[in-house]
Amino acid sequence: MKHGMEIAVAALIIVFAAVFLFQDAAIQASLGDGEEAWGGADGEAADLIEASGYEPWTEPFWAPPSGEIESLLFALQAAIGAVIIGYVFGYWQGSRKTA
Amino acid sequence: MHIMEGFLPSPWWQVWFLVSLPFIIIGLYQLNKLVQEKREALPLLAVAGAFVFVLSSLKLPSFNGSCSHPTGTGLGGVLFGPCIAAVLGLIVLVFQAVFLAHGGITTLGANVFSMGIAGPAVAYLIYKAGTRAGANTYATVFCAAALADLSTYVVTSVQLALAFPGTAGFLGAFSAFAAIFAVTQVPLAIVEGAVIMLVFKYIVQLKPEILTRLNLLSESTVKKLQEAAA
Repeated sequence: MKHGMEIAVAALIIVFAAVFLFQDAAIQASLGDGEEAWGGADGEAADLIEASGYEPWTEPFWAPPSGEIESLLFALQAAIGAVIIGYVFGYWQGSRKTA
Repeated sequence: MHIMEGFLPSPWWQVWFLVSLPFIIIGLYQLNKLVQEKREALPLLAVAGAFVFVLSSLKLPSFNGSCSHPTGTGLGGVLFGPCIAAVLGLIVLVFQAVFLAHGGITTLGANVFSMGIAGPAVAYLIYKAGTRAGANTYATVFCAAALADLSTYVVTSVQLALAFPGTAGFLGAFSAFAAIFAVTQVPLAIVEGAVIMLVFKYIVQLKPEILTRLNLLSESTVKKLQEAAA
């Protein structure tokens, strides 16, 4: 099959998304007021460490001032990578066609 | 999901800096050699670095109700080995520590070790062992990338358990951290392995000569893979 691997990977991602939706519905139903699911795993680890009485001894010298700005910077990081990947693969594809 | 700023006490943050430093120095040396001797591999190096950029910016939900991100370092580990991958990981981790307060400057050594060195080293060893055993190339790349991702979080759990053994001792602390990090990571690792396997297929189709030049695939294997895809 020509696109067997593409189909398999797409199917895997769809299963991943579907499991998320089911799981999310179950979690949202059991959440109390003001609780939020799907936080970061690193935040959970930080809570576990702080629960033992540890105080972080230094703070980041700059943090994104809001969740929106943080999203902007994350999107920017992804975009930089995506542009490079697209450029290189496009260049290879183009030079194969003209060769 | 890196160890956050200030969350590693002395002497652990210094220890991880010292452990990571030699890999970075060897990596810079190898990078310099690669640029001088195999210039045609540079676009591939850019792709490997870009993959770490893209994948480590995606915070994906996992089945236990928390989010984590893939690492994307398996590709660099397979293609260029753990030392060059460590330099790529360092660039991404500095970006995230400085602009996103994600990870940290003092914990950079520990984070470079788990994401930039341990993960890619696992990927590299699996790829070498798989090729030597004559296993299917794509299955090998899948395992290499998925286990690179997973081992990064296992190592992070080890690093935290060493620094915070608490009352449960190292093993008890390790299982507590691994329950947060490594278990969350299992589905993400599988997806990451699949995506990197697909990217590897495109490299085989578009630019196989770089892979043979880096001694990653023999010409006969490349031919076989291309015929299978045609």
